[in-house]
Amino acid sequence: MADQTLDASGLNCPLPILKTKKELSKMSAGQVLEVISTDAGSVKDIEAFCNQTGNKLISNVEDGGKYVFTIEKV
Amino acid sequence: MSDNNKMTIIATKGTFDWAFPPFIIASTGVAMDKEVTIFFTFYGLNLLLKDTSKLRVSPLGNPGMPMKMPFGPKWLQKINFGPKIPNILWSIPGTEALVTWLMKKTMAKHGVAKLEDLRDMCQEFDVKFIACEMTVELFGFNKEDFIDGVEFAGAASYFDEAATGDHHLYM
Repeated sequence: MADQTLDASGLNCPLPILKTKKELSKMSAGQVLEVISTDAGSVKDIEAFCNQTGNKLISNVEDGGKYVFTIEKV
Repeated sequence: MSDNNKMTIIATKGTFDWAFPPFIIASTGVAMDKEVTIFFTFYGLNLLLKDTSKLRVSPLGNPGMPMKMPFGPKWLQKINFGPKIPNILWSIPGTEALVTWLMKKTMAKHGVAKLEDLRDMCQEFDVKFIACEMTVELFGFNKEDFIDGVEFAGAASYFDEAATGDHHLYM
């Protein structure tokens, strides 16, 4: 159900955040972005990113070393 | 954007390893909706050079630096050579280049962004780069040595940037 998917697998801090920001800036409010990351640090970081920027973290699922975040753009 | 969203960094170090923190924090800051200015002074000016291939990391007098092989058998990659190798060996010519090459390999293996890519991303995100005019002259740099989009100014301009906001770092 995501409007866009960003695969940030293999990338390390701060790249998943920077790429998420770039992807979100191309989208419009209410659209949903799915971010896939293999960086364990991105679990806390995506949460912090959403806290600070107001974007909504809908879900955050770990699946065998992959972290999948669903973010709704404000 | 409120004034509280302003953030400044003073970048003073010019070695390959210390080139990363200012660009990492600055680009992430903008991603988190901050308005970021980096003031590059003294050796930090190296980070703005068009050619950053001469930047080096040195284990000499740097005992906190972990040194592990980025390739080879697993048991070998686990060994931290940092405390095992006498510091005097690092004064042998060529060791800096070797260690810098190994650090670049390690970073690539861990998916860390390249220095130029991080710097480009900062510029794309409108991070303001100010080079300290006094140290540019002091060290005999030419303005053409630096990448485009750099402003040249002095300490007073830093204060103008830092007058608002509550997030100011010295690196």
